[in-house]
Amino acid sequence: MSNTHFIIQVKNLTKQFGTFTAVDHITFEVERGEIFGFLGANGAGKTTAMRMLCGLSYPTSGSGTVAGFDVVKEGEKIKRHIGYMSQRFSLYDDLTVMENMELFGGIYGVKSRKLKERATALLQKLDFFEERDTMVSALPLGWKQKLAFAVATLHRPEIVFLDEPTGGVDPITRRQFWEMIYQAANEGTTIFVTTHYMDEAEYCNRISMMVDGKIKALDTPTNLKKSFNAASMDEVFRILARDAQRGD
Amino acid sequence: MIGFLKFVKKETLHILRDSRTMLIALLMPVVQILLFGFAISTEVNNVNVAVVVPKWDEQIRQSINKLSSNPYITYKGAIAEHEIDRNLRSGRVDAIVVFAHDFDRLMTQWKQNGNGNAAMQFIMDASNTNTAQAGAGYLNNILAGELMQSNSLVETHMLFNPQMKSAFNFVPGIMGMIFILICAMLTSVAIVREKETGTMDVLLVSPVRPLTIILAKMTPYFILSCINLTTILLLARFVLGIPMSGNLSSIIVVSLVYLLLSLSLGLLISTIAKQQIVALLISAAVMIMPIVMLSGMMFPVENMPAVLKPVSAIVPARWYIDAMRKLLIQGASFGLILKDFLILVGMTLALLAIALKNFKDKLE
Repeated sequence: MSNTHFIIQVKNLTKQFGTFTAVDHITFEVERGEIFGFLGANGAGKTTAMRMLCGLSYPTSGSGTVAGFDVVKEGEKIKRHIGYMSQRFSLYDDLTVMENMELFGGIYGVKSRKLKERATALLQKLDFFEERDTMVSALPLGWKQKLAFAVATLHRPEIVFLDEPTGGVDPITRRQFWEMIYQAANEGTTIFVTTHYMDEAEYCNRISMMVDGKIKALDTPTNLKKSFNAASMDEVFRILARDAQRGD
Repeated sequence: MIGFLKFVKKETLHILRDSRTMLIALLMPVVQILLFGFAISTEVNNVNVAVVVPKWDEQIRQSINKLSSNPYITYKGAIAEHEIDRNLRSGRVDAIVVFAHDFDRLMTQWKQNGNGNAAMQFIMDASNTNTAQAGAGYLNNILAGELMQSNSLVETHMLFNPQMKSAFNFVPGIMGMIFILICAMLTSVAIVREKETGTMDVLLVSPVRPLTIILAKMTPYFILSCINLTTILLLARFVLGIPMSGNLSSIIVVSLVYLLLSLSLGLLISTIAKQQIVALLISAAVMIMPIVMLSGMMFPVENMPAVLKPVSAIVPARWYIDAMRKLLIQGASFGLILKDFLILVGMTLALLAIALKNFKDKLE
């Protein structure tokens, strides 16, 4: 059975597409309540690894649990206990803010009255209640991203997967976005986030660095900088990615 | 069925807020059925006929009266013999009836003996063979009908469609085409659109079951299609005068199955295509040819070469059109279209199953 201390435990997880090994025997754990940064260059295998953890893709070999459920056999159960927000904006443009929240809450089985309460509370906290009947297409991108995060956590998942959530967003909104992440983490939600902004990596409790499908380093930002004798995470990343065969 | 109703609501809102698509979906069937029912017609109307009369008498006057009162003939008056060529060439008339100079005598002889010499001559403009043949047929019936019938070897009855109205033939065919095209086009973009915008990923990581997604996507389109079915049946009955001699509930049940089939086909396309434009192209451009050519809508299945017959059997429209002809025009009972019905049900289930499997396979 799974260790309650770890929300994700993965051993030798591998995904092959034909002869190409996208994810190559990765092994790691994520503690409950931590903000875990999942870093790597484009093509390093981050997205594929994350899709396996979310139950979107079956591993070729290896094993693991997410929220106490087996990634190979219990993908459907995992889906109930996680939240997900993708790099591409993922709310419906032609629905209003509230309609989006009702839809996704409903999909996750949140009861109508509870859903209304939570949605109202979330929107008020974001100072966004006035806009509840605005069509999502009319919102600026930064707001859409914040809203998408709110929607992803509406059903109070144990863990939220964020796939490059701040891509294309201005620094101020990114800052606000990270405040939301911290708040959710403080309330006990585990955050699993991929990003290629190295300054954001510093906000994480622990970081894994993926190169060519393998995890090359995993530690707190401070420890990583110390062991690679680097001044910034950017430098750590450059040292690690120097021998990368794939990606750009 | 987690959140099935929420999902149906979402799909309905998508449709309602895309007013352009909805307008097309509701207007296209009306335009098409009227276009095919009225404008495109294979029956020959308004044959322009002039007469050449060497010597007027009572018999000829009576014959001309019959001509000019016939709804299929437009009587253009009498002309002189030397004007025949000019009238036909200029296109003023399609046919000329030349009466014999002793028409009166010849006709009396025919009536008494049942044979004799030719009493009149039809000169047809055969540059359009269809009009010429039909026109000659009309003239024969009108002017010599009584003589022929009295002692004819063969007696012909045109059952179900005595006036040979082409709308009777076209309406079932056009229903078969419109429903499958519109339904398939509407649903074919439904899943692809979510792939394009990225919302599909969010749905896939959510606990919604693929079957829920597929059924929820079908529901509002099904309702929309039912509205179309109602309009088309009403137009067919009251504007085009289709008899609808069969049992109305049979007509509706078979049509509803056909709508479901078409929607499933669209969803299947949607699971295969990667872009909306590809989905639309497949469901419109690629599908229209086999439907028009092989369904029996234009050309009878019986006339097809042996290699094409099995191909036509996999065109769903063929079975629907066959069933609708029997139900709408011939007034057949449900038992006579049972085979068509079962084939349609089977195809629907197969299409849904394949669509669902395809959709699940996306999870790798």
